[in-house]
Amino acid sequence: MPPTDATNGQLPRSAFRVPRSPDALLKVEGLAKRYGRGCDRCYELTGPEHGTNECPNCGTLVACAEIGFALAPGQTLGIVGESGSGKSTVLACLYGDTAPAAGRAYLRSFEDGRRDIFDIAPGERRTLRNFQMGIVYQHPHKGLNLRISAGGNVAERLMATEWRRVADIRERAGSLLGRMEVPPSRMDDLPAFFSGGMQQRVQIAKALANGPSLLLLDELTTGLDVSVQAGVLDLIREIQAASGIAMIIVSHDLGVIRLLAERTIVMKDGRIAEAGLTDQILEDPQHPYTQLLVSSANV
Amino acid sequence: MVIDQQRDPQIPRSAFRAPRLSALAGAPEAYNYAFLDEVSKREIRRALLKAVAIPGYQVPFGAREMPIARGWGSGGLQVTLATLGPGDTLKVIDQGTDAGVNAVNIRRLVERTAPGVATTYSTAEATIIQSRHRFPEESLRADQIMVLQVPLPEPLRMVEPRESVTRQLHAEADYTRVWVHLYEDVITNGEISRASGYPVMVNGRYIMSPSPIPRWDIDKLHQSASLTLLGAGREKRIYAVPPHTNVVPLDFEDYPFRVEDFSGKRCARCGATDTYLDEIIVNGGGRLYACSDTAHCDERVSAERETRNAE
Repeated sequence: MPPTDATNGQLPRSAFRVPRSPDALLKVEGLAKRYGRGCDRCYELTGPEHGTNECPNCGTLVACAEIGFALAPGQTLGIVGESGSGKSTVLACLYGDTAPAAGRAYLRSFEDGRRDIFDIAPGERRTLRNFQMGIVYQHPHKGLNLRISAGGNVAERLMATEWRRVADIRERAGSLLGRMEVPPSRMDDLPAFFSGGMQQRVQIAKALANGPSLLLLDELTTGLDVSVQAGVLDLIREIQAASGIAMIIVSHDLGVIRLLAERTIVMKDGRIAEAGLTDQILEDPQHPYTQLLVSSANV
Repeated sequence: MVIDQQRDPQIPRSAFRAPRLSALAGAPEAYNYAFLDEVSKREIRRALLKAVAIPGYQVPFGAREMPIARGWGSGGLQVTLATLGPGDTLKVIDQGTDAGVNAVNIRRLVERTAPGVATTYSTAEATIIQSRHRFPEESLRADQIMVLQVPLPEPLRMVEPRESVTRQLHAEADYTRVWVHLYEDVITNGEISRASGYPVMVNGRYIMSPSPIPRWDIDKLHQSASLTLLGAGREKRIYAVPPHTNVVPLDFEDYPFRVEDFSGKRCARCGATDTYLDEIIVNGGGRLYACSDTAHCDERVSAERETRNAE
């Protein structure tokens, strides 16, 4: 277990406090992930105050630790930080791509938020993923099977939830892809032959297929050219407005965060360096790292 | 080098004749009963018991080196040898016929090493039927055991190459990828195009490859009175469908499973219209159809002859 009182002069205590909002859609407490054999001192010897996320005692990589936050329904949370700061690990743990070393998370739409989603059987976990969550990865090949058709990729989500009529599946997949501005004529083409922006649109369609309550976006626009980025971001804003779905957006691009996120977490060396309203963080950064980030981003 | 026997009378003709395999194999008494040693048979029987207890689940077993090549029915043969005993009657079918070279060899091996076991062509007389690619046309009885030879036991291999992953998918009953595969098949070919080894759901739990039997035979597995054992020697897996178990082919509501269509065709020998037919291309490009199950066809032909004689 990570020590909960590991504060020092630099860190605001609020970074470790779990917001107590009874109506939160998602609550995460004390989430940690380590790569390596680990020792008792891993958590106290790493973090922004030490300037590293590698334990000097045992060499274990502390990808993230002491991560706590709450997300209201329909709200969008941004996670910013430099490469290797643990942003994507938080998403990977929440989506179940990797098992956390410690921590609890409660999703209100899963058994009324009474059961820790990190502590359930793999089959239940998969059901949870299929029905309640959607994810869009930075690299389309992680989220899509590029050797099956775009429609087939969306259909995978539907068939995971017991859709067994080809006509219905095609209608639903076609309308989702249409909303994402993927032309219906390309529904049966392989995404391997799509442009990067279109592949991301297919990923978003797939993520939204089962009407999830939580959408996880991992470096959604990184690697896309600027005009395509704008199109994809517009799409996300439309989804926000239309469906009221809650989102967590991981990005190192403060522009994306400013555009989409209401609240923001700044991560550094696997910890939360600063958390709060996006405007507050961008206009009046408190943590030295956030100050550096904001001044160098020029947004 | 080719030696011309005609020009060299010094070399006796017998030198050119291949020695009989039976002479090379040694006396039958040198082998344990039914070829396999008792410890191996016990291991296979344990795997069989587990397979029957978990219908459709692939039980790993240590496949032995057999006197036939892997991929030629060594798995089915091991299951047969571990199952039969004195008093049993064995029938071996290769693609529907008892006279195929593989069927003949397997039958001979059993005749030579398992005294007290009779062999037959007749489905009704057999207590154990080992088969490759076909079920007999007659329905089997509760006292009969069907043994199928399996080349590729893993139905998920077409969607996932890693064994570690397919095992996990089976454990969690996560069969979405198979459904996506079938969906892709429908949108590219207009129907589910799988001709043999059609994936089936066994007892509502495991997706199973029924071995490369045609679609025609899938229904014979469903709620069958007999026990079906499946052995894959090269892949080292044994699985089973116990009697009276649900075996349901995977399909979509609007693209239902259907069997081969032989309407308007009949067997050229026995005239049957209700059997699985082989297509034979004859001289001049014409097509001829004949029963794939030759023993069933023979019985019909001789029954017809008897009625004609009686008249």
